[in-house]
Amino acid sequence: MTALLELKNVSRRFGGLVAVKDVSVSIKQGEIVGLLGPNGAGKTTLVNVVTGVHPATGGSVLFEGRDITHMPAFRIARSGLARTFQIVQPFPKMTVVENVAAAALFAGGAGGMQEAFELARRQLEFAGLADAADQIASTLTLAKRKRLEFAKGLAMNPKLLMLDEVNAGLNSAEVEDAMRLIRRIADSGVTILIIEHIMKVVLSVSDRLLVLHHGELIADGLPAEVTNDRRVIEAYLGKRYAEKTER
Amino acid sequence: MKHWLWLAAFVAACALVPLFGNNYALRLATIMCLYAGLALSWNFIGGMAGYPSFATAAFFGLGAYVSAVLQAKGVPFVAAWAAAGFAATIFAALIGMAILHLKGHYFAIASLAVVEVLREVVNTAEGLTGGGMGINIPLQGMSADVQARLFFFVMLTMTVVLLAATIIVSTSKLGFGLRCISQNEDAADILGINTTFYKVAAFSLSAFGVAIIGAIYASWVQYIEPPDVFDILYSVKPLVMVLLGGLGTIFGPVIGAVLYLALEELVWRNFLTVHAAVLGALIVALVLFLPNGVGAMFRQWRKRPAVQS
Repeated sequence: MTALLELKNVSRRFGGLVAVKDVSVSIKQGEIVGLLGPNGAGKTTLVNVVTGVHPATGGSVLFEGRDITHMPAFRIARSGLARTFQIVQPFPKMTVVENVAAAALFAGGAGGMQEAFELARRQLEFAGLADAADQIASTLTLAKRKRLEFAKGLAMNPKLLMLDEVNAGLNSAEVEDAMRLIRRIADSGVTILIIEHIMKVVLSVSDRLLVLHHGELIADGLPAEVTNDRRVIEAYLGKRYAEKTER
Repeated sequence: MKHWLWLAAFVAACALVPLFGNNYALRLATIMCLYAGLALSWNFIGGMAGYPSFATAAFFGLGAYVSAVLQAKGVPFVAAWAAAGFAATIFAALIGMAILHLKGHYFAIASLAVVEVLREVVNTAEGLTGGGMGINIPLQGMSADVQARLFFFVMLTMTVVLLAATIIVSTSKLGFGLRCISQNEDAADILGINTTFYKVAAFSLSAFGVAIIGAIYASWVQYIEPPDVFDILYSVKPLVMVLLGGLGTIFGPVIGAVLYLALEELVWRNFLTVHAAVLGALIVALVLFLPNGVGAMFRQWRKRPAVQS
């Protein structure tokens, strides 16, 4: 099977700082992939590179075999690559349903305003936000705002959905709800990349794990393999701990 | 649908002026339409897209001069007005591509600079524009009364066209996209909105309206010079009117224009020597205490009895 998303030697530098360094990875259709790494490892930067917010300074990004490295962000979004933001980004003065309708209209291929709002209501139903549809987005609780991000992402009718720390700031019951939602999205045929720095959350749903550290990809494999990888343990728990467990 | 009824009511109210009012009332009504048209035009970029443009005076002057120069070369006035509108649209699209990636204050300053640059260009190009001497646009074969009526109706038509455009845009994909951009441009971009195109479209639409109004104004007053039509007040007044009436709303700019004109007339009559200062203080007070415009105040006031009962 061909890769849905393929990164070839991707680097991103900000002045003297190399935030992402020579990352090569491919994600297949239908996978749920977890992207892990300690704080500041370059996870969000990698998502920004893929979505065109901060285009790669080296290497190339292929989506469905097409080079999207230097495509503008709005065009990448329309081609079926959606993301949620770590720091939620609603249109604060619009209602919840308007927020989702915007996603459906501009990226999700809705034919007109009316169709966009119908699609939006359906996505809100799916994300469990139907009750809040006519509420102003800025008045939502954090957990609901995260769900709004989900609904927006889904309304874009994506082939690949990148979830950037959708669980940050949620309590454990809310995290479980979110995980259930992610499973259901995956079941509907959407490929998912989950970005997290908490390992536990990702382990339970991912088919495959990627680990970034200091901008470099240090592991790529099945969850069981990756969690026993020495370099991963080192990155998370320190060199001394890694040496101790080895002995 | 409701919007179109209000539009019809507005037209009916304005059309009564020449029937019952004297020439002073007619002149005031013409200025009111001019102000409302400028405010409606500015609302596309400033209100809907949330980009505080100060380039209104640039488009006003550009429209006035393009039309005046063309008329001096023998082009009939209606054709000259249309040409002014299209010239400004193209100009705004080019300038917009250069400065619309700037945000907030930076955009405001860049757009302000456009006014100064155009004024200097017009000042220097004496062969074409007459430079500091100004340019005459005589309209022959019409009595003063007929002219007053003609320009009132032309200005009213332009305002109605812009009001209709506002209604159409704000209920369409373009208006929706602009609202997204004004609230969170990064999120808009990532949701698949071609933000550059939308902003340039709003800026050009704004320039189109302003330039035609500038062109009509030039024909109305029959003589223009750079400091008159590139007056920075043409940038500031529409902004204040829209803030008064309600940013990004449909009828806010018109309400704001009426209120502003009323204030301007009252203050000018009663405080002849310090009218600019008094008007300034009033505007500051209004913007401070009514940040969402009088429209929002009315909406709240209408909601209140329902809650109490």
